[in-house]
Order: sequence, then structure tokens, then C-alpha cells
Amino acid sequence: MTNKKKAIALLASAAAASLALSACSGEEEEGAAVAEEGEDVVIEFMHLWPEGSSKAHYDVVNDIIAEYEEANEGVTVDLEVLSNEQYKDKLRVLSTSGDLPDVGMTWAAGFLTPYVDGNLFASLDDVATELEDEFVPGTVDAYRVDETAYGLPLELNIATIFYNTAIFEEYGVEPPETYEELLAAVEAFNEAGVPPIALGNKDAWTGSLWYMYLADRIAGPEALTQAISGEGDFTDPAFVEAAAKIQELVEADAFVNGFNGLADEEAKSMFMSGQSPMYLIGSWDLPNYTTNEDVPQEFRDSIEYMTFPLVEGEGDANSFVGGPGVGLFVAEESDVKEEAKDFVAYFIQEWGEQAVERAGVIPATKVDAASLDLPQMYIDILGELSEASNITLFADVQMSPEDAQVHLDSIQALFGGEITPEEFAEAHAEAIAQE
Amino acid sequence: MNKVMSNKLFITLYIAPALLLVIVLVFIPLLLSGYYGLMEWDGIGDRTFIGLENYIAGIQDADFWSSAYHSFLLAVFSTLSLAIYLAVSFILASKIKGADLLRKIYLVPMLLSSVAIAQLWVKIYNPTNGILNTLLMNLGIERPPAWLANPDIVLFAIFIPILWQYAGFYILIYYAALKNIPESLIEAARIDGASPIQIALRIKLPLIKEVVSVTIVLAIVGSLKYFDLIWVMTGGGPNGASEVMASYMYKLAFVSYNFGYGSAIGFLLLIITLIATYIVRKLTATRDRIEY
Repeated sequence: MTNKKKAIALLASAAAASLALSACSGEEEEGAAVAEEGEDVVIEFMHLWPEGSSKAHYDVVNDIIAEYEEANEGVTVDLEVLSNEQYKDKLRVLSTSGDLPDVGMTWAAGFLTPYVDGNLFASLDDVATELEDEFVPGTVDAYRVDETAYGLPLELNIATIFYNTAIFEEYGVEPPETYEELLAAVEAFNEAGVPPIALGNKDAWTGSLWYMYLADRIAGPEALTQAISGEGDFTDPAFVEAAAKIQELVEADAFVNGFNGLADEEAKSMFMSGQSPMYLIGSWDLPNYTTNEDVPQEFRDSIEYMTFPLVEGEGDANSFVGGPGVGLFVAEESDVKEEAKDFVAYFIQEWGEQAVERAGVIPATKVDAASLDLPQMYIDILGELSEASNITLFADVQMSPEDAQVHLDSIQALFGGEITPEEFAEAHAEAIAQE
Repeated sequence: MNKVMSNKLFITLYIAPALLLVIVLVFIPLLLSGYYGLMEWDGIGDRTFIGLENYIAGIQDADFWSSAYHSFLLAVFSTLSLAIYLAVSFILASKIKGADLLRKIYLVPMLLSSVAIAQLWVKIYNPTNGILNTLLMNLGIERPPAWLANPDIVLFAIFIPILWQYAGFYILIYYAALKNIPESLIEAARIDGASPIQIALRIKLPLIKEVVSVTIVLAIVGSLKYFDLIWVMTGGGPNGASEVMASYMYKLAFVSYNFGYGSAIGFLLLIITLIATYIVRKLTATRDRIEY
């Protein structure tokens, strides 16, 4: 009996030990398997348009991949899809462990810089040159670090105020063209018991759009970019005034109740259910107001857009906040770098053609609006883009991740009335001086 | 079998796999994060050794201490709410009708993931459309607070779902402990004329003292390292009003790319938690073991 038990105990411990050993060696085996495949190439691709929230994008991506696989025998694209915030988190974790996918999505400027400094992204200069005539001039620049392109843009966006004409007409309010008219509209809506502007400032980049536009209108088109780069001075009275205007709007009850605790999606749903008549967001939201069949036709018909109202100052109405959205990168450590670059080139071209018609996205490549059957609002915004006197890149994208956090925290505090406009400017100046 | 169990070789063999896992998955990362805390590092590029600079900065960082204060408040509230859970368990363990069903209902939040709970409560707290404010407005309160946007309220607004989330867990533990008390002891007390309250306080409570002291440690340690629900509901905002130590650490490391500093804060969090555990264990230590 004892012998039998002894044998079982021995077996058990042997099994446990071998389990522990195999757990340790699992990863190595997996790595070896990929290398052994030889001719067949697997390109890992990670993107951030899940089927649930961005169906049109998701479908276009899948079709492009299918076409690419068909055209290139032996190449498989291994897809991983995450939603926006999860994508950002995962990218950071993967980069810390040196395990980035072969092709993935990145944002421009400040977001990109740490990855370039860490030597994680491959230079895409050859692809950029190859596709030079395709891109809207200047869009690739936001992805350049020291003259080298480390990413190639897929989208081009500007932020505009979308407004609900049905509600405006119901209360006899005209779309505001100046800051004073905006204040008047806010007052009119508040008297009618309608929260004037949908804003979800939990993630603070939405509030940042408001600040950026006010700063742009007061201080002039180039000023904000200069201040962020350290050439200008954030304590300049114009920036303080822009911050003061934010608090003026908050005090006038311009934004929905509790905006600092609301996510952007919640604010969006208030706008899209007709509870709030105004909503400032990037043109990536255009499909919701034009082509998205899931949104009631009646609602889509009542949505118009306006450029940000004029404020007394240096700015003009043709100056926008926006810039390239997500772009593609190729990992420096990738085993299949050449194939990955080839895929990126193919993807960008196809995306330019398909995303316009099927997803209503404004791509970073040139669009021939005349030859396509496009919604009027899409054509209008495309027109604004081509005539823009200036496009200021989103502040939190321009800044280094550390400064961006200071900016976003200060934005929330400014909107919440916890700091004065002077302190707001001071916090920025201090963070930027530390770089 | 006893012979096998007392054999040193077998003891080693048996604990080796678990020990190996604990070392690889717990101790090495702990030491590594302490080590990364000595670096100026963005998590991606090169590391520069800067000695204790990050730790010193952490100790002087007002934002860190305010997040530590919030974690401390959560720990206090969790500990206080244990009394409520205990009271509920006493009622459940006495023979009332439907106790079994109630016990299952209390356990439901435990079965939901934190993210689901967070989403649920974000909807409840929605300032315009949420159940809570709709109710308050119907009661005639014209401008009910924006629960998650008001820096004075947000922390407590978040505590409620957290305490709700863990209620079932603690009630289950207490319930099991109470059910473990031999019926004969209570019967004897009852024959001696003890009232139900006397039985609860003089007989049952002392008998489950060890369990209570364990739950206090669990509640405090759990609170100090609490993260998920807060991160989903507010991300520590507005403007840091609901920031706790773990969310502050995460923000530094993964949002601001200040990996070295984030690691140092993480290590400080570990030290604070260890000290708290030690103090609580000392305070709640039971000298004499109870055996039925």
C-alpha cells in the first residue's frame, strides 16, 4: 500500500515538475515555429476598429487583407483588433516587452517620439517616397522625426461643431458665427431648458478641442504650435484669455451638466438622441451624420456643421484644429520587414479608395470628390480642408506624453473651475520648460 | 502516507512547482519594479541609473500623497462596512425565511466583472439620464449633483459600488464561519437564558474572531491596491479627485511614459501596504486559539 502511494506521489511530482518546465519553454517553441515555416510569411497586424463600434472600417480592413492575401501567394495577415483605449494600453505593454506586431497603428508627433527614440519603429521613407503623389501634401510630416517618416497616415481630420438644425429651428436660434452669438445661443437654449453643448470631458481631449479653438481664434493660427514647441510663451495674455473664455462658457452653463464625469461616448449619445443641439468633434464622426444606416435618417438629415465661431483676435475662420489621425507603422524588430512594408504601401492605397466610399472616412490620400457619389456634408468638409489657412495638430498629440498629461489634467481642472486661467497657463509653461 | 509527507525530499518536491511559480510571477517582478524605480526610463528606450531620485521625488510628490489619502479613506470605509456585512450575516445565519435566496442575491455582484459593474454604475450616476438623478429630480430636487464630475463627491460616489461589489464576498465568509459554530454551544446558552443579542455578541462573535481579523486584513490590503473600478469609472478624475495609489502608478507608467517613476511609486505602494498589513495583524492578533 505504502509503495503504491509512494509511486503515485512520485508520479504527481514528476507531472507537476514537467508542467512547470513546459510552461517556461512554451514561448520559445512558438517563436521557433514561425521561423521554421520558411516560405510562408505571416504578417501580424493590430488595428483599433472593432466590428462592434466601427463596422464600416472593420469590413474595409478585412476586404483589403483578403485581396492582399489573394494577390500575394503564401502571405497571411494575422489580425488582432482592439478598441481605442485598449489598443493604446496594449501597444505600450508590447513595446515594453519588445514584442510589437509587424504592422500596427500609431498616432503622430508626440505619441510617436518615444517609440522612435526607443528604436522600435522602422523608417518608412522608401514607402513614403513611393506613394508621394498619393498623400495630401504635409500629412506625412506629422509622422516625421528628424526628417525620417516612421509612420504613414490613414486619415485626415478637422474638428467642427456639428449642430442639430431641428432644435435650432424649434427655438428660433441662428447658428452662431461669433463668440458673442455663441453666448447668446447658449442663453437661449438654457432658457428653453435645453443643455446647449454636448461635451464629455472625462478624457479631457474633448475639452482640449474647445481650448485649442479659442486659443487659435484669439492668439492666431501659429501661436499654439509655437507655444507647445517652446518657441512661444504659454503665459502670453492671449492664451490666458482663451482659458478665461472657457470658464466664461462654463459659468454660462454652455455645456451639459456633469461634463467632467462624462465619457465622450455619453456626450455623443446625448447629441445623437437630440437632447443637446451642439457637439464639437473631429470629422471622423462624419459617417454618423451621413452614411451610417444604424442612425435614423431623420436625425442625419437634421445635422449640419459650422466652423468654430470667430472670437475677437488674430484668428480667421478658415483655421482649423485637426490633423492626421491614426497611421501605420512597421516594427523595427519585425522578422518580415520587407513584406510588412509592402503590405503597408498596399493598404494605404486601397484604404484611400475604399474608406471614402464605404466608411465615409477622409483619408490622408487625395480624394477625387467629383468622380464619387458622396454625401454633401462630406464634400463640404473636404472643401474646408482644401481651403484651410491652417490646421493646428491636436495639442495632446503634439506634446510629449508627459506634457500631454499635464495639459489634459489642467484642461479638466480649468473646466471644473479648480484653477484660474493664469494657473492654467503657468502649468503649461512650466511643463514645457522642463523638456 | 505520513512517512512520505515527513520526507524532506518529498516536501521539497511538492512545494517546488508552486514555489517556482511564486518566485517567477511574484517575487522577481517585485524586485524588478523596485529596480526599475532606480531608473530614468520611459518604458521603451534606454534606461539611465539615477539612484534613489524617483523614490525621493515620490515621497515629496503631493499628488502621490493625495492619492494615498484617497486609498486610506477607501480602506477606512471598507473596514467600517465590514460591520454591516457582519450584521447581515448574523441575520442570514439565524433561521429566517428566504435566507438562502438572500445569500445568493448578495453574491451576485461578485459574479460580475469589475468593468461591467463600473459601466452599470456610470449609467446610474449619469447626471442627466441616470436612474439616480431621474429619481431625485422626480422627488423635486431641481439640480441634483453630477456625481462623477464633482470633485467633492466623486470619491464617495465611487466607494458605494466598490462596497456593494464586495458585500457578497465578506457575507459569504462570515456566513460560513457562523454556520461552523456547533449548534450545541448556542443551545446551551439558550437554555441558560441568553437573549439572541447576547448569543450573537458573547458567543458567536468571539468564536469567529479569527475570521473577522482575517477579513479586516483582506479589506485593508484590497483597498490600498484597489484599481479597476475606479479606472473605468473616472480614470482618477476629475483632476485627480478620485485618484488612488494604483491608478496614479498606472497613469505615470503607461500614460505619461514615466516608467521609472511609476515603478518607484509602485514600490512605495508595496511598502505602505506591507506596513499596513503588519500593523493590522498586530492589532487584531488573537492570543488564544479557539477550538470547539
